[in-house]
Amino acid sequence: MAETLPVVPWLHIEEDGAHWLEGMRCSECGAMFLGHRENCSSCGARGSLKSEKLSETGTLHAFSIVHRSYPGIDVPYISAIVDLDGGGTIKGNIINVEPQPENLSFGMPLRVVFGDALGRKDADGNNYISYFFEPVS
Amino acid sequence: MGDVYVVGVDMIKFGRFPERTVPELGAEAALMALDDAGLKIQDMQALYCGNLYQSSAMVGQRILQQIGQTGIPVVNTANACATGATAFREAWMSIKADQFDAVLAVGVEQMGKGLLGSATAAKGIPTEGLLGSGTMPAVFAEAGMEHARKYGTTFEQFAKVSVKNHHHSTMNDKAMYQIETPLQEVMGAEMIAYPNTKLMCSVNVDGSAAAVLCSEKKVRELGLMDRAVRVRASALTTDEFTDRGLTMPDVNTCTRRAAAQAYEQAGIGPEDLSLVELHDCFATAEILHYENLGLCEDGKAGELIDAGDTALGGKIPVNVSGGLLSKGHPLGATGIANVYEVCTHLRGRAGKRQVEGARLGMTHVIGLGTACAIHILERAA
Repeated sequence: MAETLPVVPWLHIEEDGAHWLEGMRCSECGAMFLGHRENCSSCGARGSLKSEKLSETGTLHAFSIVHRSYPGIDVPYISAIVDLDGGGTIKGNIINVEPQPENLSFGMPLRVVFGDALGRKDADGNNYISYFFEPVS
Repeated sequence: MGDVYVVGVDMIKFGRFPERTVPELGAEAALMALDDAGLKIQDMQALYCGNLYQSSAMVGQRILQQIGQTGIPVVNTANACATGATAFREAWMSIKADQFDAVLAVGVEQMGKGLLGSATAAKGIPTEGLLGSGTMPAVFAEAGMEHARKYGTTFEQFAKVSVKNHHHSTMNDKAMYQIETPLQEVMGAEMIAYPNTKLMCSVNVDGSAAAVLCSEKKVRELGLMDRAVRVRASALTTDEFTDRGLTMPDVNTCTRRAAAQAYEQAGIGPEDLSLVELHDCFATAEILHYENLGLCEDGKAGELIDAGDTALGGKIPVNVSGGLLSKGHPLGATGIANVYEVCTHLRGRAGKRQVEGARLGMTHVIGLGTACAIHILERAA
């Protein structure tokens, strides 16, 4: 039977349907990583990483508006680099904004929202949950 | 430990040669470089071969199967877009380490057209266009937008890089294209990933380049000092940890580190350079590297391109070959093709695009993942 799976291993889906993103922070140097790992590649500490829930608000660091992509990928879309409040940088699509440069500004506040992965399914027919960004209005 | 010299170097005209094989393309450049040095494959003590897309297929050995199976050691390198430069550096190191007196470095690539990569996923679902973009034009667009964020760099300033490099290539018969592209045409071309239009993306082409490197003792023995170019510095770095680096490839930190090492090795500064061939895989990237390589102060790259300082005839000509944007970017060949370009100027053989009085030149490449290689070359005679 088809399941609903997370688009990345560090997106967690709770039994009650709640979603959250997991970061791993080095207790030695404070570097933040996405998802599970054994060692810190910033300071080289071993076994120093502690799980934490990433913030669901952040600001736009940089972006591109993609007009040509691989075959089968709908364009245009906004590819965004977002610094989360409290640490961690993640990349994703900004939704609910017309993809024009004048609609985007560096440092604009964004929030993380969760939803179906644009209808994409894997070879076994499983559905996926992804994260997106939308402006904080 | 003596200096290492390039005594022969050449590249084929970049283009699309689907009817030819990778070893055939590599062999052609290898023979051209040997001819340039007046040497034979029997004079070579080792081969360092850079190729990315057939990195498990013994390309170096297959080149020797075309031009002379002398039984010498072959090392095949793969280091993304720094592949050719890495082969050249390994060749340099082998002489520095006093293992050999005369070696060959070859870079070769055969590429398809269009975007590198694909949207297929080994497991799960494709994330392209879902978790932003992993396409190269978008990744380098984002790196450029980071510069725009800090310094207000404009779409027009990025576009001027392409105008300049395409103009340079009109004077280079070995470039893929010899076409002027005025600013309006660059800015009005199909938008690929804002702010990179189609004319601001490097051209995927087939190509090869090769260099013969010798020890100082060997150069003197062969009487080749009149055509020799001295390798003053060779630096290779990777991506050190930076806060956003695992999400947004950081091409700046590794370039700055490699540049600092190279300038220190050579005992020179950026003001001493006559020309630079840097990694303009996208127009946005060239702007970043003006600052990363110290060609101007941080925040002044936009002014540098506006003033025409990096055009032929300007204060520090950059990518007079046409660059990856117009000469073309056959990944594994690019690093050695850059060496060819700089050597050609240092030897005063660059024809219409000659940088007058060129004495010192720099080559720079970046392979995402990440590897940065920089070489500084000096006219010997």
